[in-house]
Amino acid sequence: MSLNNIFNIAGSGMSSQSVRLNTTASNIANAENISGDKESVYKAKRPVFSTILESATGNNSGLSGVKVSQIIESGGEVHKRYEPSNPLSDKDGYVYMTNVNLVEEMADMISASRAYQNNVEVMNTAKQMLLSTLKLGQ
Amino acid sequence: MVLSMNLDKLFGVHAQAAQLRSYRGEVLANNIANSETPGYKSRDIDFKTIMKQAGSTESVSLNANNKAHFGSSNQSKLHNELLYRTPSQASLDGNTVDMDLEKAEFSKNAMSYQVSMTFLGGKIKGIMSAIRGE
Repeated sequence: MSLNNIFNIAGSGMSSQSVRLNTTASNIANAENISGDKESVYKAKRPVFSTILESATGNNSGLSGVKVSQIIESGGEVHKRYEPSNPLSDKDGYVYMTNVNLVEEMADMISASRAYQNNVEVMNTAKQMLLSTLKLGQ
Repeated sequence: MVLSMNLDKLFGVHAQAAQLRSYRGEVLANNIANSETPGYKSRDIDFKTIMKQAGSTESVSLNANNKAHFGSSNQSKLHNELLYRTPSQASLDGNTVDMDLEKAEFSKNAMSYQVSMTFLGGKIKGIMSAIRGE
């Protein structure tokens, strides 16, 4: 039934957006991390969204929501800072900082929470539509 | 007097309209869910055209190739009618979902669905009072 499918679609949207919020939270929490090694320092994480293919779900409506297909690490440049007094610094006295851009993360957070709210709206409307159908003839 | 009553005829176009509205709600919900998916193209159906077709064939027929099948409503046919929206401001990642437009259309669609439900409710109330004869 189409109306029930709206719940599934909006639900998939909400769960994808919450994964995105989660990666943003992780990025912001780790924004000030430093490391003595270029490789092991925390890199900003980003979810990649993709549409769920209809054939994969056996759904015949041609529509089936969204999923997070993978979480990638940002390839942005890692900055280094000269801090020889830092116990984490490497043999040349450098520490490496994450490539998390706080401004970008905040913008991403707002975008994710708005998209989440949109899906909640859709779900509420679908609920009202379903309830009015149930009340038919009363 | 024999009262020959056909429920399909009684409900008229409203039953089909409600079915189509709920499908369109699904299409628009899908657009909203995919508002951040790279490369996703916004979809919609042409309500007028499909309604015209539904009106010409009188009633919606069910697809079934086996007697045991219920026939999965006409939804399997409906997704052949899916079109792509012409983007007004396509984003760099190839996504053509315009959130304001989709939200407006979704609300409009939900309102129209309620209208269909009101009409159907009225028809049911009418026939019920005729049956009761109060």
